[in-house]
Amino acid sequence: MQPSDHHIRIEPPRGWQLVNVRELWRFRELVFFLIWRDVKVRYKQALLGVAWAVLQPAMLMLVFSVFLGRLGGFTGGSIPYPLFVLTGLVAWTFFASAVGQAGGSVIGSERLITKIYFPRLAVPFAAVGAALFDFLISLGLLGVVMAWYSHPPSWQIVFLPFVFLILLLTATGLGTLLAALTVAYRDFRYVTPFIIQVGMYATPSIYMALPEAPSEGLKLWLALNPLVAPIEAFRSCLLGGPMPWGGLAISAVVAVALFAGGCLYFRKIEDDFADKI
Amino acid sequence: MTGPAIRVENLGKRYRLATGPGQMDYRTLRESLSSAIRKPFRRRPKAEEFWALSGIDFQVQPGEVVGIVGRNGAGKSTLLKVLSRITKPTTGFVDLTGRVGSLLEVGTGFHPELSGRENIFLNGSILGMARREIAAKFDEIVAFAEVEKFLDTPVKRYSSGMYVRLAFAVAAHLEPEILIVDEVLAVGDATFQKKCLGKMGEVSKTGRTILFVSHNMQAITRLCPRAILLDRGKVIADGPSPEVTRAYLHSDQGTTAARVWSDPATAPGNAIVRLKSFRVCDRSGKTREVIYTNEAVGLEITFEVLEAGHVLIPNFPVFNDDGVCVFHTMETDPEWKRKKRPAGTYTSTAWIPSDMLNEGTLLVGAAMTTLEPMNVHFFEPDAVAFQILDTADGESSRGDYQGAYPGAIRPKLEWKTDYTPGGTPNEPAR
Repeated sequence: MQPSDHHIRIEPPRGWQLVNVRELWRFRELVFFLIWRDVKVRYKQALLGVAWAVLQPAMLMLVFSVFLGRLGGFTGGSIPYPLFVLTGLVAWTFFASAVGQAGGSVIGSERLITKIYFPRLAVPFAAVGAALFDFLISLGLLGVVMAWYSHPPSWQIVFLPFVFLILLLTATGLGTLLAALTVAYRDFRYVTPFIIQVGMYATPSIYMALPEAPSEGLKLWLALNPLVAPIEAFRSCLLGGPMPWGGLAISAVVAVALFAGGCLYFRKIEDDFADKI
Repeated sequence: MTGPAIRVENLGKRYRLATGPGQMDYRTLRESLSSAIRKPFRRRPKAEEFWALSGIDFQVQPGEVVGIVGRNGAGKSTLLKVLSRITKPTTGFVDLTGRVGSLLEVGTGFHPELSGRENIFLNGSILGMARREIAAKFDEIVAFAEVEKFLDTPVKRYSSGMYVRLAFAVAAHLEPEILIVDEVLAVGDATFQKKCLGKMGEVSKTGRTILFVSHNMQAITRLCPRAILLDRGKVIADGPSPEVTRAYLHSDQGTTAARVWSDPATAPGNAIVRLKSFRVCDRSGKTREVIYTNEAVGLEITFEVLEAGHVLIPNFPVFNDDGVCVFHTMETDPEWKRKKRPAGTYTSTAWIPSDMLNEGTLLVGAAMTTLEPMNVHFFEPDAVAFQILDTADGESSRGDYQGAYPGAIRPKLEWKTDYTPGGTPNEPAR
């Protein structure tokens, strides 16, 4: 065996520390295996298998179409309401499951964390990765429904990666923050699902066309909720419609701040995970 | 390369103890908020502190194989956790030079729903192996574990033996330069333990640095030329392992199955009766540190009655690792019941039936009591200790179950199941 020049110094924690990107990169295979495990286990014994990822937004689409579309009189403008709401739901479902799964991921990995060392950020990141897998499958459903309504994708689809990146960063940042908070304060086990539930109703771009000229109060709220613009933009990218560039810019800043803040807080308290969990 | 593979300097680890029993180290949000609102400028009251490790210094040269011994709570596990980077120290530092692999349990990250093949890759990756490395060693791992036929079966359907073999096989093929191993060998049947010890011996000959923690003194002396003895978070001996293990077994704090009080001046007792020796033995009369679940345990006390004419009852409290009193036993031999004893030397043995105690360390106290009038002539708490190990052959009370098995005792009960062919319509069809 050739001697290596691996050298590690183990020292008392120093408080705030940066994300060790190099180390995370070295452990990328572990992140991949954790995602693969989550996906595999989730679908291995479920009777419906992968269809489950499609069924969830599909059922929600039905419920929304019947109760909000038919009974509530919501419309999607030029877009058929079921297609309109499904686009919002696909984006939202990704966000909600990424935040939910990442939030509980560290607590759920107690056995790993108390028995072996690896960059702890791999845990919430892998949880987001597993949600990403479901998202890709539900995009397939979206494609089928678009074909059903003979609705071709808009040229604005070129912006989709950028819009999705905002959603991804926001979800990862929030999920990572909640994962760390759940270890420090067990209350967050109940807070996380609550945030997600409220978040759905508080993000109107999922299920309705936003008014052209919103009132001042509504305008403020729409600017404060960093999800409103990306979800509206997600739909515009796929189905056409105005792109909310101003809102997207704010959301992009919030996404980066949330991602950085979430990771930093996580890193600050990760040294205590094994003792507290 | 020069310099030590492991250099530990002034290492300390402090834990804050929660005030109430059973309280954990995490707080509820409400507590944090309300204390911040009520007394925003006051620091939180200092919780009780406990140093699991303090002032630890030692060095391990490349290629050395070192055993770490100490009784429960001596800080062995904490030291392993710090060296494995699972938790951070409070003071001092550790320098590790070389690729580190640590094995604190076998099968970390094994998922019951996944197949043997999938778990090999998952577990290997968690232990720090690259996918290519695992693929290259895959056949070797499967052959070592002897599970070829069940590679695509979910591991939850494996027998306990197969599960442990597979888990160990993956770990055994890890090739770090510094290997940190906890008592993973305390699993599986005796044959498999031997195989694992053999593999460990092989590994140690390849020039790797190994740190090995175990209660198994035999394994330590066989595998490690050098041992470090920890007690209450400090290094109290460091040297050739036969010497260190002897020091451990004969120290007052050590886990020892036999004690002799040869000096009458310091032996527990009074003018009436004096404790001479106390030991744990098996049916063949051999002193035993480790006793298997399927064997009876003898607690043998030898005492000398100096003043005749007293009714004396030897009695022992038995405590487990958690400090729970498992039971207390009083001498019930009808020969001596309520009888005044003549002077002389007595040896009494209490037999704990086989398949009675749960696995773990048990501490036995030695007491001598007269009831009327009540008088405790001597009481030596935690006089001896022994360990119960599972035979893990599927015949003990746990059957084929491999996981944590709670309870202070684990009697093997008589089970009887009646079966009626056919059955009633509301029973599920088989």
